[in-house]
Amino acid sequence: MAAKKLSFEQSLARLDEIVRHLEKGDLPLKESLTLFEEGTALIKTCGTMLDEAEQQVVKLKKGENREPVELPFEGEQ
Amino acid sequence: MFSSNSLNSSKMEKQTFTVTELNNRIKNLLDCDPLLADVCVRGELSNYKIYPSGHHYFTLKDSESSLRCVMFKSSASRLRFRPESGMGVTAFGRVSVYPRDGAYQLYCNALMPEGTGDLQVAFEQLKAKLSAEGLFDPAHKKPLPQFPERIAIITSSAGAAVHDMIRILGHRWPMTKVLLLPVRVQGTEAPAEIAGAIRYANEFKVADLIITGRGGGSIEDLWAFNDERVARAIYASQIPVISAVGHEPDVTISDYVADRRAFTPSNAAEIAVPDKNEMLDVLRSYDIRSAQAMTKLLDRLKERLSSLESKRVLSDPSVYIDNRRIELDHGRDRLISDQERVLSAKKQSYVRLAASLDAMSPLRVLSRGYAIASKQDGEPVRSVKRLEAGEHISLRLADGSADCLVESVSDKR
Repeated sequence: MAAKKLSFEQSLARLDEIVRHLEKGDLPLKESLTLFEEGTALIKTCGTMLDEAEQQVVKLKKGENREPVELPFEGEQ
Repeated sequence: MFSSNSLNSSKMEKQTFTVTELNNRIKNLLDCDPLLADVCVRGELSNYKIYPSGHHYFTLKDSESSLRCVMFKSSASRLRFRPESGMGVTAFGRVSVYPRDGAYQLYCNALMPEGTGDLQVAFEQLKAKLSAEGLFDPAHKKPLPQFPERIAIITSSAGAAVHDMIRILGHRWPMTKVLLLPVRVQGTEAPAEIAGAIRYANEFKVADLIITGRGGGSIEDLWAFNDERVARAIYASQIPVISAVGHEPDVTISDYVADRRAFTPSNAAEIAVPDKNEMLDVLRSYDIRSAQAMTKLLDRLKERLSSLESKRVLSDPSVYIDNRRIELDHGRDRLISDQERVLSAKKQSYVRLAASLDAMSPLRVLSRGYAIASKQDGEPVRSVKRLEAGEHISLRLADGSADCLVESVSDKR
């Protein structure tokens, strides 16, 4: 049902949609359960995304053809 | 005589205005002059008055003439000194007409005491110019992304500002990748570098949000962010820009042009990304809400089930059988009454048949006036040839019979 890799923003939007749908309470039990499971899974993935994310910091430098090149940024002084 | 005539005719040719029309015409003339829309006047303050409304009214004068001025509350609240009559000042604003009094005046939006540095004057002038061009127009400001995936920080790679921003961004929202575009933030090269980095970030779409700024310093230190090149680069940026220069009271041209002004670099990091912990709370609230919705649904289904259970059929099946039995009885009754109907219909047709039989009976014929003649031995008389004069016969009528004497017989018809 849900695409494999949703961004956090997409996941949150889908989650919002699911909860609103469930709260309307006009779905048959079977579909509600399916939605509920999808929602629970989304909450879990979003939580994991947040808990496990590690900040990436790079310094950008112009390459030979002006294209951006990422360099590690250790922090100067 | 002739003079009154000529006066009349010239009156006929000239348009007659109402006072309001004339004042508005003059006002339009002044309002159309771009030079008057953004002026800078030096003079001495006199008759300075602050009204309860918060608007300031004063006159600017020099040795030969004077100019009426008004400064509205919003501009007056940004004054960094207390103007007083007798002070030498430079005033910025636009000239227009106040139609009610038929007087032109300076609508002042900034005031600086004499002796203010050239930088401050240049700042006010650039601000007025860019404002008139619409660079600060709220309608042009772009919304910031709610969850930026990549943030380009355009600032010095040295100094506290960049570290503060990286630390806060990492703490609040570690999912966002931070790209530092190092530039000089002070000195003559700084404006071109900052503007160039903003354009470069746009050219290669390196991020979905830009933060540019620096930590606090003197007005000279912050000057790069009051540069027209930086202002125009920010205005032209397709990527939303947060401006974060100095400390809270410092306002630069960049702050006015940017899509969002942050009071400090740290504040910019707070504005740029959501807070992880708040988001975890949001997720928890979704969790609770969906669980509640499911509980409600299940409760409703349970309720329906129990209301079904409470129906007699399920709780006491014999009722069902009894009901069927009653229906059976009704059925039998119906069957019997149907039979009776059939019988009575048959009876009726029998009566009809009997009636038509009756109609054909000889007795019915007699009732219409006919008679049957019969001899003494009871034999019916069918022909006169069987009769003789003086013979006794019997006549049978509908309601009785009579003895008759035949006097003569004739066979004529």
